[in-house]
Amino acid sequence: MKGLRIIVLAKQVPDTRNVGKDAMKADGTVNRAVLPAIFNPEDLNALELALRVKDEIPDTTVTILTMGPGRAAEIIREGLYRGADGGVLLTDRAFAGSDTLATSYALSQAIKEMGEFDLIIAGRQAIDGDTAQVGPQVAEKLGLFQVTYVEEVLKVEKAKITVRRRLDNGVETVKAPLPLLLTVNSSAPDCRSRNAKLLMKYKHARTVTERQAATEDYLYLYDARPFLNIHEMTVNEIKSEAGQLGLAGSPTKVKRIENVILQAKDAKRLTAADKGINDLMKELIDSHVIG
Amino acid sequence: MNNIFVYCEVEEGVVADVSLELLTKGRSLANELKCQLEAVIVGANLKDVENQVIPYGVDVVHIVEDPRLAPYTTSPHAAVLIKLFQEEKPQIALMGATPIGRDLGPRVSSALHSGLTADCTSLEIGDHEDKKEGKIYKNLLYQIRPAFGGNIIAWIINPDCRPQMATVREGVMKKEILNAKYPGKVNRLEVSKYVSDTDFAVQVIERHLEKRKINIKGASIVVSGGYGVGSKENFKLLYELADVLGAEVGASRAAVDAGYTDHERQIGQTGITVRPKLYIACGISGQVQHRAGMEESAQIISINIDPEAPINALADYVITGDLSEIIPKMIKYYKQNTK
Repeated sequence: MKGLRIIVLAKQVPDTRNVGKDAMKADGTVNRAVLPAIFNPEDLNALELALRVKDEIPDTTVTILTMGPGRAAEIIREGLYRGADGGVLLTDRAFAGSDTLATSYALSQAIKEMGEFDLIIAGRQAIDGDTAQVGPQVAEKLGLFQVTYVEEVLKVEKAKITVRRRLDNGVETVKAPLPLLLTVNSSAPDCRSRNAKLLMKYKHARTVTERQAATEDYLYLYDARPFLNIHEMTVNEIKSEAGQLGLAGSPTKVKRIENVILQAKDAKRLTAADKGINDLMKELIDSHVIG
Repeated sequence: MNNIFVYCEVEEGVVADVSLELLTKGRSLANELKCQLEAVIVGANLKDVENQVIPYGVDVVHIVEDPRLAPYTTSPHAAVLIKLFQEEKPQIALMGATPIGRDLGPRVSSALHSGLTADCTSLEIGDHEDKKEGKIYKNLLYQIRPAFGGNIIAWIINPDCRPQMATVREGVMKKEILNAKYPGKVNRLEVSKYVSDTDFAVQVIERHLEKRKINIKGASIVVSGGYGVGSKENFKLLYELADVLGAEVGASRAAVDAGYTDHERQIGQTGITVRPKLYIACGISGQVQHRAGMEESAQIISINIDPEAPINALADYVITGDLSEIIPKMIKYYKQNTK
């Protein structure tokens, strides 16, 4: 069977699962500097799903597309070490402040520049927002069918794919035509680890910006080994309307943010003493929380 | 025009609780905005389905019925909503933050270029002043949700784009019948006007849905125990308290691993996520993984012998002491005060 051309959508996210006390600034905003930046967990599940298709159908190519700041190239390298064939970093100040809709617009315009594809696979959601919106929004913008909450590809046929979805209360087997967009759950298999050979092969993979900043004497490598070029795509390389990008292209605005951790510090403290517990139960009944 | 729309999920002829909860919330928002509440039901075998929703104060029920519309697949349901919203121009559109709502909502918002906020824990009406533009927006929907792994609460607004869309998880809003004889109208729509045959290209070929045995997710109060409960015997106290309060019993992974209770009660990242009105954490230290499954609870009581237990940082009430002494007192004073 002919190999599939797969694009994996991935995001570099701050690790919100291990948030320390200094993660929030006094003004209630997130102190991204102290949080480690990681490959969004469910995007790793998505990558694994793509690599498994590639294991089955050897001609398959897997290309990672990520939008983010320059340092997001790290997750493309991470993907290359695990078996991806290439990556595109979509990066530009014009994308700053994008909500999910503006993000999906930029990603879909970038995908249009990446040539033909059979499958787009994304993680169900990113841990810094948990919205699960970008996948379906990209599918709509590209006029693709979508299947969300996927945990396994069961069968690939000519122009068709069968997958299993994991829902809250059970599973569903779904058959869909290609090209198609899938989003993948954390219930899918974990991503394989780095491969030592691939690590050696791709450790000098760089975007053009990274190459300019590099002091190392590896520059000759990029002509000799074109696979070390991570494609950096800016707003100039996609067809876009300015009104659809970044803050201007984002219908949702954040009106206000409150820091949960600071808020919780005014907890009422009680002991096993009768009066306190009696007052607590009264208070909960009066506020209709219980009773 | 400019009404509030709720997309209602139906499984085997029964409207989902989360949809009824949203209708109740939608009704109160509609009253505040002095507009109508409309429901959209898309599916198969929908005979008399309107009777399940109208009592919640629904003015108009739009029904699209076709054997191919169940089980749910994205494109046909999205096609109905996109066209209907273009015709009716709702100001607000709500759906459940369920696997269906989270699949459908972004698709519709992308087509209509409208803002969507996922997993809201509260919805309010309020104004907004854009100081830069010198513009005042009246009666916007504040879409309030935890973000960033639950470390912040964000108030999201959609000043310019309509509909203002939001999804809400099951159990977050309260469901309440307004009037059993509410005079709602039914508007049956012809499927062929909204959905084309090519929209049915994705096929569900097999489904295995399990009925939930324990409804921890839907419980408005959860009494949950951790390793600190100490024994299976002590865990019975939690069941007693839950029984009195009409609550469900949950557990941390450590308590499940220790054999204090069943795996299906496990709350946390690898278990169930709950967002009850009240979460009573008994002897739970509060590892991140557990917190991920309960930190969006509206109110939290932590009962722990350790005054420095990490979960106390999340709690609204921290009771420091021995739970085998505290829980019986809670039962006693609850009974006294509700008499």
